[in-house]
Amino acid sequence: MALTLNINGEDHVVDADSQMPLLWAIREKAGLTGTKFGCGIAQCGACTVIIDGNAVRSCNMPVAAAVGKSIRTVEGVSADNDHPVQQAWQEITVPQCGYCQSGQIMSAVALLEKNDAPSDNEIDKAMAGNICRCGTYPRIRAAIHRAAEIAKS
Amino acid sequence: MNKLNFTRRNFLKVTSSVAGGLVIGFHLPQTAEASTGGAIEINAWLTIDADNIVSIVTPQTEMGQGAFTSVPMMIAEELNIPWENVRHVMASANRHVNNDNLYTTTSTGGSRTVASRHPYMMQAGASARERLRIAAANRWGVSVDQVNANQGMLTSGSQSGSYGDFAADAAGVTLAEEPKIKAYKDWWLLGKSVKRLDIPQKTNGTATYAIDVEVPGMVYAAAQACPVPEGKLVSYDFEAVKNMPGVISAVELKQVKPVAAFTDLRSGVAIVAETWYQAKNALAVMPIVWDYGRGASITSDSQAAEAMSLISGPGTLVLNVDGNPGKNRDKGVNQEAVPGIIAASDNVVIGEVFHRPFESHATMMPPCAVADVTADRCDIWTFTQDIARSLNETADQLGRDTKNVHLHQTYLGGGFGGGYNMDVHRQAAAISAEIGRPVKVIRSREEDIAQDSQRPPIWGTYQAALGDDGLPIALTTHIVGEEKMPAFTQRSVADMPYIVANRRHEYSSVKSHIPIGYHRAPGANANGFVIEQMADELAQAGGWDPLEWRLKLTEGNEPVQRVLLAMKEKSGWTTDLGSGVGMGLALVESHGTVSGCVATVEVSRRGQIFIDRLQYFINSGYVINPLNATEQAESSAIWELSHTMTGGLQIRDGRIVNTNFDSYTMMRMADTPPKIEVHLEMSEDQWWGGLGEPTGPPTPPAIANAIFYATGKRIRSTPFSKADL
Repeated sequence: MALTLNINGEDHVVDADSQMPLLWAIREKAGLTGTKFGCGIAQCGACTVIIDGNAVRSCNMPVAAAVGKSIRTVEGVSADNDHPVQQAWQEITVPQCGYCQSGQIMSAVALLEKNDAPSDNEIDKAMAGNICRCGTYPRIRAAIHRAAEIAKS
Repeated sequence: MNKLNFTRRNFLKVTSSVAGGLVIGFHLPQTAEASTGGAIEINAWLTIDADNIVSIVTPQTEMGQGAFTSVPMMIAEELNIPWENVRHVMASANRHVNNDNLYTTTSTGGSRTVASRHPYMMQAGASARERLRIAAANRWGVSVDQVNANQGMLTSGSQSGSYGDFAADAAGVTLAEEPKIKAYKDWWLLGKSVKRLDIPQKTNGTATYAIDVEVPGMVYAAAQACPVPEGKLVSYDFEAVKNMPGVISAVELKQVKPVAAFTDLRSGVAIVAETWYQAKNALAVMPIVWDYGRGASITSDSQAAEAMSLISGPGTLVLNVDGNPGKNRDKGVNQEAVPGIIAASDNVVIGEVFHRPFESHATMMPPCAVADVTADRCDIWTFTQDIARSLNETADQLGRDTKNVHLHQTYLGGGFGGGYNMDVHRQAAAISAEIGRPVKVIRSREEDIAQDSQRPPIWGTYQAALGDDGLPIALTTHIVGEEKMPAFTQRSVADMPYIVANRRHEYSSVKSHIPIGYHRAPGANANGFVIEQMADELAQAGGWDPLEWRLKLTEGNEPVQRVLLAMKEKSGWTTDLGSGVGMGLALVESHGTVSGCVATVEVSRRGQIFIDRLQYFINSGYVINPLNATEQAESSAIWELSHTMTGGLQIRDGRIVNTNFDSYTMMRMADTPPKIEVHLEMSEDQWWGGLGEPTGPPTPPAIANAIFYATGKRIRSTPFSKADL
């Protein structure tokens, strides 16, 4: 069926079965491949997008549930790769293989929009849904603090 | 130090210098291919355009370890071009394979991209620089000695021009003799911290992985091999699912040999559909009959029972070590005398059994490949740590000439050794050839972990006789591994750095049908756990401080002593932090690098482990990019920390039981120690070690040793989350 998804402020009409996970609609139907597939059971966070301000695992949310909502993906974080989170990620050289980083960045963006100066504990809690096999966790934690500083300056 | 395998066709001569380093005569391909966009190809490694922008080719893959930056750095060092003028381009696998392995090797593993390959990569830059100097000398009518090449500019007296001005001339220059590469003292770029070139693409979703590749007309496939490895497909009922939404067809994946090699296509079946979700859903419900084969009765418990019976008997004596060569392995060792000395001694230490389980790579990108096979051409994008190997295997799968197979490099969503023993590219090629359309094969996470070439388990123990000074006079170690890769039972244990005059190492193998592969510091990652707890137990039995024991048994081994002395001076080392708190250390040599870890842990009264601080001291001889080295040290430490605290695959009825992140658990941010410190302690002495893996192996034994000093209890198996403290 034809469904309208608002992704990064733009409407995409996609032909998908209503139970198709949002992840695959974003990747295969809307053609936005920055959002990644990692586990399919909402355990790794590679598929994290922001829906109406909340970090959501798109791999097990039916596409129909996202209709009428504001969906943000990594492609929509900034036009020039210069959102404070992106700046901090580059400054602290966070990504290694990089595959999980779209999801990490979306979780971090969602956190900082709700809490402009998170503590280590608050960061750990907000990032608990995102796995990184390269082990960039210490740099992610440092970069979130740094992004908070950049956003204030 | 790394051993290199040179072939005649790639190198003119390889000889050992007096210092034991390698002197390499190197043949560079000087024929330029058609140049694009006005950029001139000086040799196969680099092009220079009119604006003096240098594009440098990397034959290795980028999986986060920094190849796409390290290779350009090594070439730019010799070329002498400002770093901001350097661009990175991926190598053409087709050009490499069909031109006598043009780039020598495209393999990306063993922490070797810098350690082993710097001689010819730096040579490529030096050669290009010399040809530019000759081109300028010819145009200006001066001798080449009078031409300076510096930071992208050629100068002679009052004349000057950019490299770009002379690139076309240089492409036609043939050198009578290749220049020597620079010595460490003359480096201007290497040794400096440089941010990896791939980072910006990895913060906005533009980095392309195999899973992101789109080909017009592409369909999607989900494939399944037998859930019990080595088993075979008997039949499947496509009729039952063919009317499900989006389903196009089923394709049988045909295994050629009775037992598939690790990189052969395994017996199985795939469903092709309009979307991957539809393919996966149909595959999940399609009735499939399997012949499970010899593995069907194997369980984790049955393998453990077999291992325990083997470990109490004699194993195979190791005479010559495969894998990482130790720096002192043959020094004064008398293997034959060991049993007699231990039997006659009244001061014997008999170790208990240490164990590490199967572990999976679980790269964040599940294995994936896109293939577009037509009558006369195949284009393929795949998860691989060796683009040439995967191209050759794809050609083999299709029965095609390699000239017509084009493998396009993409970023890897993690590698860790998992990109070697892999058949996803064969699956994609076979399916595309059969259906006549481009196809993307994505492994579900469950299929990834079920079919991965796993890190094998080990069980290890030791016996020692101590002398009057409390130090071992005879030592035997025994590692039980699995049967397919016995070298993993030897690395970093047969060649441990501790010199005991009477020393032997034995190995045994349990039967196993589970595919095996390289897994970040293979062998060392498991064996280090045995050796470094043994070292602490022997030190304790002999009345020695663990750090002093290690210093004593490695006397004269400068690379190791440097690390141990740094630990002593900088870590705040003590075995007496009071009840519930402990400091432990471990040192493992792998990939030509000596890596030490000092762990500080706290264990609560309820037995919960908190790792407060991990300090690493690393000696790889040289380091070309301290920032990248530090990132890799952190990464391999956390990799192994994850497998220390959690993880471990379980086998029941011959199949892996825990195949997704709900049951095969991974370390997360909250589990990360608050302090991880990396100290680069370099010998800078004619040898190069690797840096992508060595901080993993000392991590679990350092933590176990620290827990011992905190609690008096020794943990002999991972994951520690299951330990009773």
